[in-house]
Amino acid sequence: MRPFGVYVHVPFCASRCGYCDFNTYTASELGGGGSQAEYAGTVAMEIGQARSSFGAGAPVAQAVFFGGGTPTLLPPADLVRILDSVRDAFGLAADAEVTTEANPESVDAASLRALRAGGFNRISFGMQSARPHVLAVLDRQHTPGRTAEVVAMARDAGFEHVNVDLIYGTPGETDDDWRASLEAAIATGVDHVSAYSLIVENGTRLAARMQRGELPRPDDDAAADRYLIADEMLSAAGFEWYEVSNWARSHAARSRHNLLYWTDADWWGFGPGAHSHRDGVRWWNVKHPTTYAARLAAGESPAQGSETLTAAERRMEDVMLRVRLRDGLPLDLVGDAVDAVDALCDEGLLTVEADRVVLTLRGRLLADAVVRRLV
Amino acid sequence: MPSDVVDPGVIRNFCIIAHIDHGKSTLADRMLEFTGLVEGRNMRAQYLDKMDIERERGITIKAQNVRLPWTLDGTNHILHLIDTPGHVDFSYEVSRSLAACEGAILLVDAAQGIEAQTLANLYLALENDLHIIPVLNKIDLPAAQPEKYAAELANIIGCDPADVLRVSAKTGEGVTHLLDEVVRQVPAPTGDPDAPPRALIFDSVYDQYRGVITYVRVIDGRLTTRDRCLMMSTGATHETLEVGVAAPEPTPRPSLGVGEVGYVIPGVKEVRQARVGDTMTSASKPAKEMLGGYRHPKPMVYSGLYPIDGSDYPMLRDALDKLQLNDAALVYEPESSVALGFGFRCGFLGLLHMEIVRERLEREFDLALISTAPNVVYRVVLEEGGEVVVTNPADWPAAKIGQVFEPVVDAMILMPSDYVGSVMELCQQRRGMLKGMDYLSADRVELKYVLPLGEIIFDFFDQLKSRTRGYASLDYEPAGEQESQLVKVDILLQGETVDAFSAIVHKDKAYAYGTAMASKLRELIPRQQFEVPIQAAIGSRVIARENIRAMRKDVLAKCYGGDITRKRKLLEKQKEGKRRMKMVGRVEVPQEAFIAALQTTPKTD
Repeated sequence: MRPFGVYVHVPFCASRCGYCDFNTYTASELGGGGSQAEYAGTVAMEIGQARSSFGAGAPVAQAVFFGGGTPTLLPPADLVRILDSVRDAFGLAADAEVTTEANPESVDAASLRALRAGGFNRISFGMQSARPHVLAVLDRQHTPGRTAEVVAMARDAGFEHVNVDLIYGTPGETDDDWRASLEAAIATGVDHVSAYSLIVENGTRLAARMQRGELPRPDDDAAADRYLIADEMLSAAGFEWYEVSNWARSHAARSRHNLLYWTDADWWGFGPGAHSHRDGVRWWNVKHPTTYAARLAAGESPAQGSETLTAAERRMEDVMLRVRLRDGLPLDLVGDAVDAVDALCDEGLLTVEADRVVLTLRGRLLADAVVRRLV
Repeated sequence: MPSDVVDPGVIRNFCIIAHIDHGKSTLADRMLEFTGLVEGRNMRAQYLDKMDIERERGITIKAQNVRLPWTLDGTNHILHLIDTPGHVDFSYEVSRSLAACEGAILLVDAAQGIEAQTLANLYLALENDLHIIPVLNKIDLPAAQPEKYAAELANIIGCDPADVLRVSAKTGEGVTHLLDEVVRQVPAPTGDPDAPPRALIFDSVYDQYRGVITYVRVIDGRLTTRDRCLMMSTGATHETLEVGVAAPEPTPRPSLGVGEVGYVIPGVKEVRQARVGDTMTSASKPAKEMLGGYRHPKPMVYSGLYPIDGSDYPMLRDALDKLQLNDAALVYEPESSVALGFGFRCGFLGLLHMEIVRERLEREFDLALISTAPNVVYRVVLEEGGEVVVTNPADWPAAKIGQVFEPVVDAMILMPSDYVGSVMELCQQRRGMLKGMDYLSADRVELKYVLPLGEIIFDFFDQLKSRTRGYASLDYEPAGEQESQLVKVDILLQGETVDAFSAIVHKDKAYAYGTAMASKLRELIPRQQFEVPIQAAIGSRVIARENIRAMRKDVLAKCYGGDITRKRKLLEKQKEGKRRMKMVGRVEVPQEAFIAALQTTPKTD
């Protein structure tokens, strides 16, 4: 049976950050069935629909991931209730990884204990930076010290794995600011770090500020330098990269849920705007929470669209995602791009390890260029 | 006399010399209306200008002509109005139109005074011994200064200010009197009715139904449909399919006699077979001597024309073939460019001719085009002997060069005296040599310069207009060649020449051109995985260098939320973009970058 994971989208935030273009809403923007109070019940309906669509052969979930938005804006009991619905419908593997994202200011010792007791065993904090002026540009609400506090609380509560997300390349951030953020992240004792370069998405407040000339645009060379700094400091602290933007202290600390995305597994994404995949078929839900809730209340599927991948598209995605992994791209997926592999090795962007090709450090920074030559 | 024979004594052949916007076409329209040829309500504005581009820009490109009946003192007269093209590129065609006339109306805007081009055409008319009738137009305008400009005109042509007629082509005021004066002042044509026929071709146009239609002025004898016609410059004979007059629609007649202006359809497919300036005679009774003044049109300006979408190349070829039917001066041959793909090297009479051809290609044939920077024709004498004529920077000889000659023009610039300093500075920068300066009136100055044609075809006219807030006017005519210190500057990407950007420039400007082009390309060409040097070089000597730093980061940080479709679509789009890249050596350049670099030619001032 194909590996299977579950994603639950929680589309709520206390306030919207200037750089964010995710499908998320503040409380004041929503009403009716799309509201936070009724959300757990609404998602449970979609979980029920999904379960019946599988008939007798429902797979067991290897990993469950609550993302957002800010999942921890919901009371722990609501998150646990949704997790219970997943468990009831599909069952969880004995060693299942169950993660929720959280903002440092949206949890406390009690809520963390409640989540842990309800079955969550991994938590991912949106730390972003340890520098107040960087957090201010990103519109983040927490203070720099808060992340260290909540990571300690999560450990106390018994979470097995803790991640922090960091963002580099924010306007106004210096190399030293970035080093300070990395040091602070390492010092919290987490076993996983994700570091993403700031992407300025069209339509965000951040993009508008750059358009008006209030903030400088991100600089690719600076971003490249920061990536190298991150890899160097994290490696020195005992982390190993296992995906272009992800580092873990051990094999066990790797995000199993994300690995499902990157290795052509199946997953069902619940919630408004969530994407799903089953053996070459992708579909995605309507984006607005109110529409989503109305569809489910009427007994209809919340899916808005779908696509069936051709063999070529499937291969393209496979190459695109697997080449980003430390485990590398199996040579049998390279197909007739052997010449390109040779050239990329000569140029120092790829190396061959046994039956796989793996990006070099420089290749990781040029991964999209590598992919374009392989597909 | 047979009914179709016209007494030359009642014929008056004349043209109108005027600047763009001074109202020539409106006056012609009014004449058609007042002579009863076209009723006011059927009047399409500017009836005589047939091409769309002419109507939109308000300029006349190809001469048209019309036969107007006019009665004065009980005698019925035939007036032939020969409309002349109004731009410097077509001065040869203007000269042939003038040669078909005995008189000219010098039409000047009463609010603006005479312009350089008008003055140049006036000189041409005087050389052709035409009788000049000075006329001020637009006297109905509040800004009109008829006294001032009548004095200016009188001063230029040496008449009494009182002899300057005043009309408003718009309202019709004074037009009747002007027609009377044309009859009174313009001499009747003279010629030998019994000699073998000789007719001057002053225009030649292609009609998709009739083939080529030539407009002629009969000098001697009689042209009839009974004889085959003979083109004296080539000796080729053609059947005379139809002879007629424009009144204003084509009206067939059995023949055309001395002094008459009309059309002949010689049954040929291309205007090159019936060229402007040629003499048409009868094949059975040919004249012995050609009329004077025939000149084969010679391209003065060359440029590469390329379809933006490479698959339009066959369409471009067909379109050029069709345009050439109607444009004897257009020449072209296929060429290919690393940067731009397949296109044509085209030769034009001048800058406007080039613009018109390009605009017609884009408008009438729906083509999207890019052109390389225009250049003139250079004569290169090699040290080891022999010489090369260069119409394309790509043909610049690699051998040791002794001397280089470039075409120069006699330029005449008219402007309000306030701007003299600024215009002189511009001409100085463009390697001009001052030949003279005259005050036409207290506040209007005529500057005479010898300028390299290559300096004018760049953006001279735009610069002139912007420095004088549009008040200056320019005219020029070829004035031979001069030896100059010219060099070819190549632009290299990672050591490979990018052909479309090679240019022939004066050695003192080579550095400026090279630096400007290199820094422009640095901005436009995306970073590659490796460092790309951009160099400007004269031969093997590098004069300027820029670097496109290697791209260090080309990776999307995050494949988030399971939305892998979005990432794949992005990748597919990037792949498609790559496929359309032009390769210069190993360097991938989007064609848009080349196009953007060509569209804003760097200033070398």
